[in-house]
Amino acid sequence: MSVSYEDAVRFIRRYAEVVAENKEYLTQLDSAIGDADHGINMDRGMQAALAKIEQVADGDIGNLMKTVGMTLVSTVGGAGGPLYGTLFLQFGIATAGKAELEPEDWALALEKGVEGVQMRGKAEPGDKTMVDALIPARDAYRAALQEGASFEEALRRSAAAAEDGMKATIPLVARKGRASYLGERSAGHQDPGATSSYLLVRTAAETWGAG
Amino acid sequence: MKKLINRPEDVVREELQGIEAAHPDLVRVHYDPNVIIRVDAPIQGKVGLVSGGGSGHEPMHGGFVGMGMLDAACPGEVFTSPTPDQMHLATQAVNGGAGVVHIVKNYTGDVMNFDMAADLARSEGIEVESVLVDDDVAVQDSLYTAGRRGVGTTVLMEKIAGAAAEERRPLAEVARIARKVNENGRSMGMALTSCTVPQAGKPTFELGEDEMEIGIGIHGEPGRERMKIKPVSEIVEMMATAIVDDLPYKAGDRVLAMVNGMGGTPLIELYIVFHELHGFLKARGIEIARNLIGNYITSLEMQGCSITLLKLDDELIRLWDAPVKTAGLRWGV
Repeated sequence: MSVSYEDAVRFIRRYAEVVAENKEYLTQLDSAIGDADHGINMDRGMQAALAKIEQVADGDIGNLMKTVGMTLVSTVGGAGGPLYGTLFLQFGIATAGKAELEPEDWALALEKGVEGVQMRGKAEPGDKTMVDALIPARDAYRAALQEGASFEEALRRSAAAAEDGMKATIPLVARKGRASYLGERSAGHQDPGATSSYLLVRTAAETWGAG
Repeated sequence: MKKLINRPEDVVREELQGIEAAHPDLVRVHYDPNVIIRVDAPIQGKVGLVSGGGSGHEPMHGGFVGMGMLDAACPGEVFTSPTPDQMHLATQAVNGGAGVVHIVKNYTGDVMNFDMAADLARSEGIEVESVLVDDDVAVQDSLYTAGRRGVGTTVLMEKIAGAAAEERRPLAEVARIARKVNENGRSMGMALTSCTVPQAGKPTFELGEDEMEIGIGIHGEPGRERMKIKPVSEIVEMMATAIVDDLPYKAGDRVLAMVNGMGGTPLIELYIVFHELHGFLKARGIEIARNLIGNYITSLEMQGCSITLLKLDDELIRLWDAPVKTAGLRWGV
């Protein structure tokens, strides 16, 4: 089982749909501990990315991911722009020149992506940020492949780990981003960035794991 | 939600069109990416001053573009940091060969986006100095937060660094003066009501009829403590004590005192706040040598205020008094 260029495009399209469906939910999470713009910003960025990917369509998955990343950097703003932009740019670097992704390629993409996000945002696990969903997703996916699990199963476990990681942000006190200004008052709320990251990993599992 | 808007998604663009129509003598507006640029930029030999941030804080930053203040401002979406391509274009547009200073409020998104823009500009050979504003005493500065937020001192920094740049001081000097303003400025805000981001359509937070939020940020982000409303004398004492103890400001100090409205506060109340602040500082032997009262760094239609103190010396007073001609601040011209 591998991911074709069309599958990669379906993943981007589906993630844009999921973000649009969750626009209010993400914004509502952000209004509790941030500044009430995360869903609006991500939706604007993914809609712009959809328009941009029409123009590349050269069969290179790396180029597709890079285009999404560049578009997010220049349209999202806030912290989400540089962070999600970096995530997709790193996906693009990890998959450069590839017309198909093998299960190992997605492991590498997740590793590069998380590394880039951490370098840009300087967040550690437990800081109540998107890496609290992405790191468990990366690790669970890698562990599943090592155990000989199928691609579908590895994606499923990756999404489940991201969901656990996202839920585990609820009691945390934020130490990065705007939520950190609240100190103890940030506890009790699910992190919006971890939520949009979980949705991304879940979308990969649903788009690529169902077929 | 009741607002004087057409469609929520057009708010920023239509505001820019209004600014462009109102102030052609001061600024020109570039769209996509959105940048407000001083009409005579770039000025050869002058350090360029660029700032930016989410929209919804008007007149900051776009209203401070003009002679003696900013050379360009990058307006983001409402309460959302602008993007690196805006800041990059602004930096190119104001570079008169003497380098460019970025004035960055300390928010995670602003810092990351300005970092990316500074890297882009430097890769083209433009010298860029970034100066961070982190003056909000409501936020504890520790390893466990993103640091203090940048609030009211930003306005004072833009004016004072702008005057230094106008005198053709070199890049390192303009940056030094800007940092000196940050080191000597402290602020704290409070809110009586929430505010509504047009695209969100609902208030960012709920405050009861008899409640106030102390230590509010400028994006409607909840502050440090929610409490029952008190007389303004007690509110000012709470805020001013936190500010004065922080630097600390001492007897004999001369300060610039800014009483800033959050957007929905009538001037009559801001003057009462100033009266209370004046008495508070006088009792401690701190002299208000300059003041600024009005709406300068706002949070949409929020009711509330912030207090900023800047400890002054002769250099800062002279630069503060220097001529300025912008939509938001204007004197000496």
